[in-house]
Amino acid sequence: MSGDGSKKQFWKRNTAKVPGNIQHVYGAQHPPFDPLLHANLMKAGNKPPSATTPGKPKKATTFQEFESITSDAWDVGDDDDELLAMAAQNLNIEVVMETANKVIENHSKLQERRQEEGAETTTDLSFSSEALPLSGNRLVKSHSEAPVGSPKGQSNIRTTAVLHRQQSLPHRPVIPLVARMADQNTSGTPAMSEREASRLDKFRQVLAGPNTDLEELRKLSWSGIPRQVRPITWKLLSGYLPANAERRESTLQRKRQEYFGFIEQYYDSRNDEHHQDTYRQIHIDIPRMSPESLVLQPKVTEIFERILFIWAIRHPASGYVQGINDLVTPFFVVYVFEYIEEEVENFNVSSLQEEVLRNIEADSFWCMSKLLDGIQDNYTFAQPGIQRKVKALEELVSRIDETVHCHMQQYEVEYLQFAFRWMNNLLMRELPLRCTIRLWDTYQAEPEGFSHFHLYVCAAFLVRWRKEILEEKDFQGLMILLQNLPTMHWGNEEVSVLLAEAYRLKFAFADAPNHYKR
Amino acid sequence: MNMGTDLAYNFVFKVVLIGESGVGKSNLLSRFTKNEFNHDSRTTIGVEFSTRSIQVDSITIKAQIWDTAGLERYRAITSAYYRGAVGALLVYDITKHLTYENVERWLKELYDHADPHIVVMLVGNKSDLGNVRTVPTEEAKVFAEAKGLLFMETSALESTNVESAFLEVLTAIHKKVASKEVTRGSISAVTLGQTLGPSSEFKEERRSCCNSS
Repeated sequence: MSGDGSKKQFWKRNTAKVPGNIQHVYGAQHPPFDPLLHANLMKAGNKPPSATTPGKPKKATTFQEFESITSDAWDVGDDDDELLAMAAQNLNIEVVMETANKVIENHSKLQERRQEEGAETTTDLSFSSEALPLSGNRLVKSHSEAPVGSPKGQSNIRTTAVLHRQQSLPHRPVIPLVARMADQNTSGTPAMSEREASRLDKFRQVLAGPNTDLEELRKLSWSGIPRQVRPITWKLLSGYLPANAERRESTLQRKRQEYFGFIEQYYDSRNDEHHQDTYRQIHIDIPRMSPESLVLQPKVTEIFERILFIWAIRHPASGYVQGINDLVTPFFVVYVFEYIEEEVENFNVSSLQEEVLRNIEADSFWCMSKLLDGIQDNYTFAQPGIQRKVKALEELVSRIDETVHCHMQQYEVEYLQFAFRWMNNLLMRELPLRCTIRLWDTYQAEPEGFSHFHLYVCAAFLVRWRKEILEEKDFQGLMILLQNLPTMHWGNEEVSVLLAEAYRLKFAFADAPNHYKR
Repeated sequence: MNMGTDLAYNFVFKVVLIGESGVGKSNLLSRFTKNEFNHDSRTTIGVEFSTRSIQVDSITIKAQIWDTAGLERYRAITSAYYRGAVGALLVYDITKHLTYENVERWLKELYDHADPHIVVMLVGNKSDLGNVRTVPTEEAKVFAEAKGLLFMETSALESTNVESAFLEVLTAIHKKVASKEVTRGSISAVTLGQTLGPSSEFKEERRSCCNSS
């Protein structure tokens, strides 16, 4: 129904490329990977469902199911089976099977090991502070609920499965109206849940070694990073900190000194004729940022101004563009978190030592730079990167949800009119800050997360509102809806669901990470 | 707060707010369409959009108001947003002379991209800050007359003249439409039950996806 054959091929490249791509797609060994899925592969020998066209995932039902059972995101089994099977058809079957086998192998190995250590470990989750020999232990608990592939110790596994199910459907209290802004745990519960403690432990183990396994860290980070280890994890994932622990201190010193050097070199020129406009714009933009309680603190204002001004001067191809200022905030807030207990809204940075604040500033600058490096053509003249991405979003949506796409066309809503902001500000204007921070956990775990995966997140985000969209029967209503999507109370759960859906889209449509660049 | 029902309106007039960053476009919009003012309103990214219906004589007009970022960087993107606009409020800040000096540049951009019959009002905003004024009212008024623009000073903060400004623009547009000074095709106006919009070929092209079997 959608277009001619050559258009269909747009999303699918040469199959020869595909085996390599499986490795890029973390899903096969990732939390998002649904074990029910590989169970199916094992037994069915990879027979695709007959009813559907190869390579074309079910549109309506996928999203209807998504809509109706969003609280059970991890349990959406059926679609995953078919989706992967269908995708597998176009992918190299051997590689898929091999990956699936690896997962199962890991799984059963871990099961075995746990057998050896005794059944009590199933109930003794992670409140124990002693490091268990395998981080994989915990991996099992939060990873799989399927007994398939585990030949031994059925009762153990069942316990695990039960445990996991409990964990996968956390009994969280209702998200409070004034949820803690930048906190991953929007539940408001002061104590960590068992699952959260378990994850934190896993992170600590990965971070503890002399040479951090970045692959492993990425995999863990994909599903969210516990607040306590987020600062260091972000710095590692972005490449700011080296994986080798010994080199970290010296690298930090060096980078920070370099930034302080920039301040000396550039900051005083802000009132010079040729830099005036840049500085002036930054100067009036910062007080308009959120969270106000933070950016209006004089020290913070100055820090943000410096970071942005120096960046702009050093990147004349784009200079300062409104929207870039928002990109500093998550880094700054997360790095400040390393030193405080209270919520960022109530926090006064003056209570921090001068040196600490300086370091946070330098770290924020570098990490923000790194982020922008990957998306700089979003901000160069005429913003070609954004135009391209909005176009790509339109194409993607036309394929995944034709109804929504046609509906928007019918009322002449142009994607650029609402999605421009989604690309320019990486959805930061559409989501609460705490959600952005959670999103960036995954973006930094993904290859080219901010430029590539973001596209799928936007598509999933748009289609998430299909019901509301289809209810609007005029241009005005649609525009106002799309520019004011009700996400104020969103938290981890909603973001996780969004990411799961985005991941599914990416898996179904993407081959090479750069496939959409033409 | 929307005056007039959304269901029955005779016309839709698209109006754009343009002018330098920080002059108060977004607050003029929110003041007019929602009677809201925000001291620390965030910078506008891309385009933002709001509507309000008003009565002019016995006609119900739905004002479709577009707000955009003032920064130069965006102009390549937002030039498209002039399409179909029948009115424009060109806003400057009476306390920042530079924003007034740049009005010429904005006018040029407007005439480069918008309908030649577009109704334009020069708006000097932040009139509540008269004690730090840098743009004399008389000077701006004379300039506006010379350029064939309507003129008004407003305060979105105190809600002074905001209604009047929009009302005057919309009334002027209506007058033009009613007097058939423009051909219907070049203005995006909606009559009861029918949308007269961009050219019909354009429309067909856009509907193709829905019409395909």
